[in-house]
Amino acid sequence: MITRNRISRAAFWRGAAGVIAAVVVWEAFARSGYFSRALTPPVEAVLAILWQTLADGSMVQHALYTLGRVLLGIALACVIAIPLGMLMGRVRAVERFFLPVVSVLMPIPSLAWVPLFVLWFGIGNVATILVVIYAASFPMIFNVWTGVRAVDPLWLRAGTVMGADRRALFRKVLWPAALPFVITGLRLSFGRAWIAVVGGELLASPEWGLGKAIFDAKEFLNTEMMLAALIVIGGFGLMFERVVFQALENRTVARWGMVAAARR
Amino acid sequence: MRGVKAWGANAAAFALPFVVLAAVWETVARMGVFPAKLFPDLETVARTFVDLASSGILWQHAEGTLIRLVAGFLLAATIGVVLGILMGRYRLAEDVLLPLVSFGFPLPGLAYAPLFVLWFGLGDVPAVLLVAVASSFTIIINTWKGVKAVKPIWIRAAESMGAPEAKLFRVVILPAALPYVITGLRLGLAQAWRILVAVEMLMSVSRGLGWAIFGAQQFLNTDVMLSSIAVIGAIGVLLEKQVFERVERYTVVRWGMISA
Repeated sequence: MITRNRISRAAFWRGAAGVIAAVVVWEAFARSGYFSRALTPPVEAVLAILWQTLADGSMVQHALYTLGRVLLGIALACVIAIPLGMLMGRVRAVERFFLPVVSVLMPIPSLAWVPLFVLWFGIGNVATILVVIYAASFPMIFNVWTGVRAVDPLWLRAGTVMGADRRALFRKVLWPAALPFVITGLRLSFGRAWIAVVGGELLASPEWGLGKAIFDAKEFLNTEMMLAALIVIGGFGLMFERVVFQALENRTVARWGMVAAARR
Repeated sequence: MRGVKAWGANAAAFALPFVVLAAVWETVARMGVFPAKLFPDLETVARTFVDLASSGILWQHAEGTLIRLVAGFLLAATIGVVLGILMGRYRLAEDVLLPLVSFGFPLPGLAYAPLFVLWFGLGDVPAVLLVAVASSFTIIINTWKGVKAVKPIWIRAAESMGAPEAKLFRVVILPAALPYVITGLRLGLAQAWRILVAVEMLMSVSRGLGWAIFGAQQFLNTDVMLSSIAVIGAIGVLLEKQVFERVERYTVVRWGMISA
């Protein structure tokens, strides 16, 4: 989302200065003793526990569980949302039936369902993954639906005239034309899923996961562990946004010259 | 007469999916896949809803949630718009703040909720602060982009016509950046709304829909939970249809800026 064509050296150093200034302010605040040290640990304590948990593998395991839940949830959400969005965009009856349901369910925050899912499916993985699916589905449905409707009818007619059957029309025209929207949907879904998984882990307490790590650490006033987990969560979020989705966009829609459509 | 008929057909078409959904729910409830306490039939839910609504409990919770939403969002809007404009106008602010904002933006607000509890205790203060911080990033980024997207030629034209900084800002930059700012506010409010319910569960506020759901879970009051979720959904739809769309119609669409 935040893309800069070129980062000048001055900009880099100013950015670094900003980060360093933030760290220094934190450090000064931590050492001032305004809050007790247990609540605002100095930076080196946070880095020490980050290093320690990375070395003994527990942070890695937390991160892997969280990541696995997000990816599984998004994959399942795609399995539901992409066909549904496509059908809603192409078939009038499907749209009329599902649109009211989607518009009523979409504004309900996914985390409102967690306590209910916990009652139905018990604490742990199932409830957490269900929340991720719920959170990730709606942006996807909405974007795919919009994308399919935004396909230029002229392209469809041209395809039909040139004798494309339904499958070819879908594969050669509809899918590539809707893909920028699908990728936007994927990005939004990831953002939602990332929030939902942390919330789900806080509330549905599965055995492992970064959210669970934060919640457990809070019980023992282990603020440095909470901050370390927070850094890992932020790092992953940044990596997905900048590296994974950027690469995905460059490989697909940008290459096909469709980004103008995506940014419209 | 035909108008009435068309309206009736539309209403029926709108209601159909909900009727089907209700029938499915009722079937599952009566089949006894889940115990009735956990998966109540619709009659029970409706009765509970009417009870809670008529005794005013539901509205008290909704009121608590809405006040928190408005307070958090106003705070976020103030921080977000000011920082976003600074970042858009001044290179120094942009270079210094952008790395921090880019790191904070993808960070789920709930991840630092337990920290806020440790720092500020339980209750309203941390809940409002958390909602404000979590939803400000979207507003910052959109405002920043909007200010950056103002056509340089407009600024140069105004400058050469002798506009002082304050006037330049008021007459050129603000209106030109407004569509982005409004988009940011809209996304920010949506984000505040999504996170608030969960925050209420963690911060044990005195009144609030999220807290109502969480509290009801302890007593297996699934009907109370579903009633609260229904109110949450209704507020969500109202926010979307009545607030966002209206704001957009009255401002950017009216000024003809939406296609700009």
